[in-house]
Amino acid sequence: MLPILAPLPVLTLLVILQSTIVSSLPLLQGYADIVLLVIVAWALQERVQSAWQWSILGGLIVGFVSAMNIMIPLVSYVSITALALAIRRRIWQIPILAMFVVTLAGTLLSHFLTAFTISISGADLPWLDTLQLITLPSLFLNLLLATPVYAVVRDFANWLHPEEIEL
Amino acid sequence: MNSKSSVPWKNITLSLVAIGLVFLALGGYLTPLSRITLAPLMAAQTWVAGRFQAIQDYLTGPRDVAQLMQENAALEAELAHLRTQIIELQQQMGEYRILSALLDFARAYPEYQYVGASVIGRDPSPFLKYIHINRGSDDGLRRGMPVVTQQGLVGRVSQVTASAALVQLITDPSVTVDVRLEPSRAEAILSGSITADIGLDMILQDVTVEPGDLVLTSGLGGAYPPDILIGQITGVRSRDYDLFQSASLQPVVDFANLEIVLVITNFQPIDTSPLMPMPAVP
Repeated sequence: MLPILAPLPVLTLLVILQSTIVSSLPLLQGYADIVLLVIVAWALQERVQSAWQWSILGGLIVGFVSAMNIMIPLVSYVSITALALAIRRRIWQIPILAMFVVTLAGTLLSHFLTAFTISISGADLPWLDTLQLITLPSLFLNLLLATPVYAVVRDFANWLHPEEIEL
Repeated sequence: MNSKSSVPWKNITLSLVAIGLVFLALGGYLTPLSRITLAPLMAAQTWVAGRFQAIQDYLTGPRDVAQLMQENAALEAELAHLRTQIIELQQQMGEYRILSALLDFARAYPEYQYVGASVIGRDPSPFLKYIHINRGSDDGLRRGMPVVTQQGLVGRVSQVTASAALVQLITDPSVTVDVRLEPSRAEAILSGSITADIGLDMILQDVTVEPGDLVLTSGLGGAYPPDILIGQITGVRSRDYDLFQSASLQPVVDFANLEIVLVITNFQPIDTSPLMPMPAVP
């Protein structure tokens, strides 16, 4: 029962932290995306079966809180989860490497989708400034936080899904 | 007889010696001698006094330490309490200053009705410049209402729930605001950007614009009330082959540290979209 109920409070808390604290600590104009990091780290856990639920729920909550179109976080997080699950099956022996790879790809995908949507809505979007002032600082912060977030999520996953010992 | 007569002489001799010693001492002639004599005595006394003090401390110490620890704990608790009070008072003072400034702003624009709101968050996406405030439709907020601080224009309400609202800042890349420059009274268009810088465009070439000119809302378009301060021009770009001049702007509002804002609740924004010319249908 607990694994089914866990994502809602955890993701809600993460979105609150993202909105209140993380977004107040920018590097240039970019900041970390802890919801993305947790979803990636969760999808990379070996015994976790609920990665899709976490990504969809995370996308919905972020879309509800944010002014951006709800489809952007939803598509971003689901795509990132698909990538994480694909990578987990192939290079699961080095999960922290997979975490870095998916964080890198996920941040770029998420930012590209957001920037593209803003761009087609008519706003002036200088791509070089966007890359230099938002995407690269955000990517740096995400990669910086990838390891601690992975460690915390791994402990949480082990607590939620303890390893079965054969007697 | 001899023994009886010798006693007074002895006494007299001893008295004279004693008086002599007193006079020698008073004259300072015995100081080296007294130093030599007293030095070991003083050393011995110091040693004894030190040992006695150590023993006394050892015997009485534990009771004092326990008492001091209790007093220390009580004082630390009191200190923590007082520090908490200081922090609370400083916060109250900060809020008081902000509210006082907001009140001044409200007095300066008495034609508007205001609802004060605290900023409780920012948009999770770094691409969008929005803030969350803790007032919603239950407090009379509606979409499109202008939001200000004591310094000037902040933005306008974009989305409303029962108890919270999302405010689009004027630094958002999709925002445009009709503005007026002072003292030239020239019209211009303010636009936000992805880098949170705001700039002015569409300033006619024949208008003289200089750094330091004030930028206020013009009221055109009906989205914002007129004459609300936005900022000051910091630089002008004018090229002969351009149709319009453009300028960079220093906003008066510190968008990175917004804490409390005012929502103007009796301003009715005008939706001009039905007046826009539609593309002709072939």
